[in-house]
Order: sequence, then structure tokens, then C-alpha cells
Amino acid sequence: MTTADDALLADLKRVLGDRVRADSAERALLRRDASVFDGGSAGPTCLCESTEEVQRVVRIALAHGRSVVPRGAGTGLAGGAIPLGAPVIISLSRMNRILEVDTDSRNAWVEPGVVNLDLTKHLTPLGYHFAPDPSSQQVCTIGGNVGNNSGGPHCLAYGVTNAHILAIEVVLADGEIVTLGGLDAEPSGYDLRGVFIGGEGMLGITTKVAVRITPNPPAVRTLLLSFDTPRDAAATVSAVIAAGIVPAAMEVMDQRITIAVENYVNVGYPRDAGAVLLAEVDGLPDGVDIDAQRISDIGREHGATDVRQAASDEERMLLWKGRKTAFGAVAQIAPNYYLHDTVVPRSKLADTLEEVYRIAEEHDLAVVNVFHAGDGNLHPLLLFDGQEPGIYDRVHAAGAKIVEASLAAGGVLSGEHGIGVEKQPYMHQMFSEDDLDHQERLRHAFDPACRSNPGKVIPVGHSCADIQSLRNVPEEVWG
Amino acid sequence: MSDFAKLVGAEGPVTVVGGRTRWHVGGAVHSDAREVHAPSGVVSYDPAEMTVTVRAGTTTAELTATLAGADQRCALPERGGTVGGSVVIGENHPEVSGRGWLTSSVLQVTYISAEGKVVRGGGPTVKNVSGFDLPRLIVGSLGTLGLVEEVILRTNPIPPRSQWVESHDADPFTIASQVLRPSAVLWNGSSTRVLLEGHAPDVAASLNSLTSIGSWSEVDGSFDLPQYRWSLQPAELNGCSGTFVASIGVGTVWRDEPQPRPALSPSVIEISTRMKSNFDPTGRLNPGRSAF
Ligand SMILES: Cc1cc2nc3c(=O)[nH]c(=O)nc-3n(C[C@H](O)[C@H](O)[C@H](O)COP(=O)(O)OP(=O)(O)OC[C@H]3O[C@@H](n4cnc5c(N)ncnc54)[C@H](O)[C@@H]3O)c2cc1C
Repeated sequence: MTTADDALLADLKRVLGDRVRADSAERALLRRDASVFDGGSAGPTCLCESTEEVQRVVRIALAHGRSVVPRGAGTGLAGGAIPLGAPVIISLSRMNRILEVDTDSRNAWVEPGVVNLDLTKHLTPLGYHFAPDPSSQQVCTIGGNVGNNSGGPHCLAYGVTNAHILAIEVVLADGEIVTLGGLDAEPSGYDLRGVFIGGEGMLGITTKVAVRITPNPPAVRTLLLSFDTPRDAAATVSAVIAAGIVPAAMEVMDQRITIAVENYVNVGYPRDAGAVLLAEVDGLPDGVDIDAQRISDIGREHGATDVRQAASDEERMLLWKGRKTAFGAVAQIAPNYYLHDTVVPRSKLADTLEEVYRIAEEHDLAVVNVFHAGDGNLHPLLLFDGQEPGIYDRVHAAGAKIVEASLAAGGVLSGEHGIGVEKQPYMHQMFSEDDLDHQERLRHAFDPACRSNPGKVIPVGHSCADIQSLRNVPEEVWG
Repeated sequence: MSDFAKLVGAEGPVTVVGGRTRWHVGGAVHSDAREVHAPSGVVSYDPAEMTVTVRAGTTTAELTATLAGADQRCALPERGGTVGGSVVIGENHPEVSGRGWLTSSVLQVTYISAEGKVVRGGGPTVKNVSGFDLPRLIVGSLGTLGLVEEVILRTNPIPPRSQWVESHDADPFTIASQVLRPSAVLWNGSSTRVLLEGHAPDVAASLNSLTSIGSWSEVDGSFDLPQYRWSLQPAELNGCSGTFVASIGVGTVWRDEPQPRPALSPSVIEISTRMKSNFDPTGRLNPGRSAF
């Protein structure tokens, strides 16, 4: 360890005591998030417990010429939270208090480390929930949801995170504390709150969030439709949307993942179906019955071989448990997976899905699909054994083709996981130099010196300031 | 390069004229600014996809009519003017709870930068987190960061039934506990109008539950709304007096006099000032007008 590191650590310890971690085990752990990317060496990790502590840590990092990386639960899938250039890691997971719930105005103030599902559990007895429900909701944090503008199965009707955030307290990269947005109807000025969401930690550090809370619907109907092929399931999804129905959720799983899920949860998912569609409608009792019937009819018109409606809340919960644990169930098939995330127009779902299977075959890889079909959000999981020599090259090559196919279908790079380092190399395929230049200008308005999570999202080489702040680290630092 | 980009050019003060329905918002544009008009027309509309691509100079009336042809609608307020104007003003529809927030409905923006370049942000699909969110920056920016040429908007099905009802004795603040997702609850101090939307049996059921808190009659539409919008917290609305219409649960209040501009914090002003100078270093876009 160098004298520069010693001085940095000493300053951080003066603020946080033993809540600064710099041992090699901790640093190794934080090289990664839930993606396949390895960031290299993490600097010291600061377990902050208040906004003021975050502010002081940011200022100390600044004084030592080091960048900062905010981190929630580290479940991000695009490498957004991995360290580049030995930054100071600011962990928000200990700031996990629900500060205030106002059911009259339907909002709540929470700290960024609150786990998504914990918030909903807290709200359930009051008759409310937090609408964004990523499949990782048992562990991911509200700060991470804001960072990635995360979605979830039920974001089809309710909207992704951005639609559910009213105000955000942020510690900017220069240590200033600012509140973006407000609890009033249409806060004046530029929508800096809206812009900040999905900023992947590059616009500042979230230290407090005012979320909208959503009343629980009195009636819910959950349908499980079976099909011979994923194409039929996808065509049903397009037809439901085209019929003017906006279900609360529409999720598709192909046969291979359905079998794995069924082995895991044992709730009666059909093992012989080529694909299943889990569709949910909520609202008042009469209307949900009408919509459930229409979805069932549309499904049968598009080749559904079986339509089953969950008979009880318990059955409904089990079906959802199956869907939400799908990624865990994948472990039965292969030791490693690479989860992709692109969006295509809903009318192109069936074609793109077939293209995905073809690409996987061409690269000699197994693939399963489990995805947010209702908004055209594909999630192909490429399955492999990470021990196999050269395997990652094939996985990345197939991934690149999937991205290409999605863009060619009129789609976009990411629906909910973000760009991070994963999709950085593809940004030029979707945006022109001028487009990227303007994204960069937006970023610089928040963080002119590129101190917060530098080196992500905007393609490497585009921003001189980013490279500068990564190079500022003394060479031998942190091994 | 588009014709609009050529028209805007790269030099000299320039302002876009829409329908002039909100010309006063954000301050008077300098008189030496050259006036330009954005192109108009619906470029493509795919009802099954629930998105529409529309040029900024299109009137909201034309867009509304096009969407209605396929039993759809969008989040833009239907108060006259143009699509581009409405997007940069950023006001929500008075029935925002039924229509959705404007900021969430602008999926992609194409605008001309201060340097005269065509810039695109966001994407064509209903879900997208590819890079920093330029559409949300442009909504409500009053044309101070870029001049909008085209947008892709999310559309929504028009519900099978929409019914306004009015009560003179119901407490407007208890309605949310009686009705799931009313599309609007408007109160003028003496009576309350509620917009119920959805399947016909749901609307009937909602109306039925409303009778437990007052007596109701069907009416043709909303109140006439005073000219100026105030942005308050929902919890502040019970203090309203004088001539007003308040959107309960949302916080918007319409009044005859404008709301005094709330003071923004120094840090917000600092970010906003940097934003403006990063996007428009010479201050040529709508000079004199400010969004903050
Ligand atoms: C099994 C599995 C299922 C998943 N399912 C979904 C899904 O259905 N939908 C979905 O959208 N995502 C999903 N994800 C991805 C991931 O869970 C989400 O992106 C989640 O919101 C990340 O939260 P986190 O707390 O883990 O954030 P991290 O991974 O710790 O961070 C994510 C990003 O946000 C930044 N960040 C974190 N906290 C802050 C803060 N306080 N201030 C500023 N920036 C911050 C980080 O720097 C990073 O760029 C899934 C992941 C896994 C592993």
C-alpha cells in the first residue's frame, strides 16, 4: 500500500471509523456486480449511514483526486457498480430506513438502501405497494432502482421506476447536497429529477428518495396460457396490446426455463408446453373478469392449448414465485448464464425471438427466454460453463448479434438493465456522435469533472474528462 | 441534415413559434430573434404498438383526431397549440391520473441543437434505458436547450366508458378512498367533479360506492379551468380559497392569477445554468426565455 492510500484511508477512518473496509477480501468482492464484468481493483469501501457522511466521503475522495462509485446491493447486470480505476466505493446499503409514509398524499420518503421488497412489505398492511418490482426485488435497493430506472413484470401498466419517484436528495460529485423534484404536482424548472433517474450513479449519489405509493387493487386475475411455440405466445402478447387491453403484467417463458422453474417451485407449470404466458389484470372485479376473458379468447385464437386461471391468492403467488425465481432455476441447466436485455416493438417479438434462437445455435450455445413480453423487453439467457476455454468470446459474440438483431427490428439497447460497461461498445450503433455528445453535456451539467462513477455508459474515448479522472490514480495503487 | 435544421441554422438568435397559446411562459423572447416554425404532420402511427411519431408543428387537435380514429389518446393536454409547444411547456392533461404524465410519455425526441445539428435522444420503444435521458430534459425546457423537430409519444386506449359526475355535498378528500384510480377529481370549493373511466360495470360500481359519501349527478364534462396553473402538494389543497379549481390527489390548481415563481435552491440553479450553457453556449435558442 502506498503513502497516498494510507493518507486517504486515514481521512476516511476519521469520519467512519471501522466502517471503512480496505482488506483484500472486501476489495475482491466488490470487483464485480451481478454481471459477467470484472472491474479490477476496488478502492476502500465506505459503509455510510447518513447524507452527511456521504458528503464528507465525497469531499475526502475529491481532495485525494479519487472518483467515487455508489453501490446498492450490487445486483446490476450491466456492470454499473463495478470499480474502474480504484475509486472509493460508497455503499448505501446501511442507509435503509423508511423515514415517512403519507397515505393521504400517497408518497413515502425512504433512504436509498431500503430493499425494494421491504418497502412493499412495509406498505402492504396500509393497503399500498411500491409498483416497480424487479425480479431481484428481494435484494435490490431503491437507490439502485433509481440508478438504473429499473422495471419489473408489473411495470407494463404502472410504468418503470421513473413514474414512481417524486423527489431525490442527491450528493453531487463536488459534495453539494441538492434536492431534485418535489412533492408538488409539477415542480418548476428543468425536470432534473426525471433526468437523474437512470443516471447509473454518474450524476451523483442518491441519499434520500420520495416515492409514490400505489393502492393495492381490490381484484386481480392471473392467467397461465400454454402454447406449442414461443411464436404463438409472442403473437398473443402483440394481439392483446393491439386489442386495447393494458394488462398489469404479461410475462413469457419458453419450455426449457418453464421445466426448470417447475422443478424448482412445483406449482403446476406445464412441462410439455413450448412456451407459457403469465398474464395478470387488476382493478375492479367486473372489469378484470371482462379483460381476463378477452385475453383468454385472444390466446385461444392464437393457438393456446390450455388456459388456466389461478383459483386462489396462494396459487397466484406461487405462479409469480416461479417467474421471479427463474434466473435461480437456470442453475439446473448450466453453471453460468449471461442475461441479455433489449427491447423491440411488440409486433416484432415473435420474429426477433426466432432470430435469438438461431443466433444461439449458430454460436453453439444453449439459450432460454424468460421476459417482460408486454413491453417487448427480451431477456435471452445464454447458458454456458465458464470453465470451458474461450467460452466468453462465444458468449459475447452471440450477445453482440442479439443486440444487432434487436436494433435492426427497430428496438433499443436496453429496456431496464442500463448501459454500464456492458452496452457501452454498442452505443454508437444506436446513437450518432452528436447524440452521444449531448448525453455527455447532460452528464457534465451534474458532474463537470466526471468524478462520479466515471468510465461508464458513454463509449470510451468519447469523454476526455472521464479518462482523466480514471488516470488520476497513482499507478501502483491497490495492487 | 433536415430542412428544419437548415432553417434553424447555427448562428443568430432564433425562436420557434407554435400556436402562441403559452407564449408568455418563461419570459418574453428578445425581439431580434428570428421566428421559425417546426414542420408538421403525423409521420407514422401504429395503434397496435401504441406509439405515434409526430412532427413538432402538428396541432394537438390534429394529433387528437388521428389517435381518436383508432380509439386511442395520449398524455398531451388538448388545449390548442402544437405538439412541440406542449412538450416543451410540459403541462400535464387535467385528467393526468387517467392519461399518464407527459414526461413518461415522450419516448424519443429529435431536436435541432444550438449548433444546428440534428440530435436524437431516447428510443422508439415503450421501454428504454439506453443512455442519459434527453427526452425528460427536453420536456418542460421551453425550447431553451434545443428546438424540437419530432417526437415519438406513447398512446393509450380510450376506455370503453368515461363519465363525469358531480356532487355538491361530498368531501373531495375522501373520494380516493372510495374509488380506485379516478381519472380526475376536481374541486372548486363548492362542488366536486369526478371522472370515472373503465369498463361500464366498473364505472357503475364506482359511482355506486361514491353514493356513500354524497349525492351525485351525471354531468357533461369538467369545470371550465381558470388560465393559470399552480403547482402545490396534494396535502396543501384543502387550504384553497377564492376562485380556483383544484386537482385533488395531484396538486395542480387553476387560478385567475399566475403562481409566484417558487425560489429554486442555489444548487438546482447551478446545475440548470450549466445545463443551459452546455447545450446553448451562445444563448441563441429562445433568448430571453428561461425555464428556471
Ligand atoms: C436475478 C436478477 C433479476 C433481475 N431482475 C430485474 C428486473 O426484473 N428488472 C430490472 O430492471 N432489473 C433487474 N435486475 C437488475 C438489478 O437488480 C436492478 O438494476 C436493480 O435496480 C439494481 O439495484 P442494486 O441495489 O443492486 O444496485 P447496484 O447494482 O448496486 O447499482 C446499480 C447502479 O446504480 C448505481 N447506484 C446504486 N445505488 C445508488 C445510489 N444510492 N445513488 C446513485 N447511484 C446508485 C450504481 O452505481 C450502479 O450504476 C435483476 C438482477 C438480477 C441479479
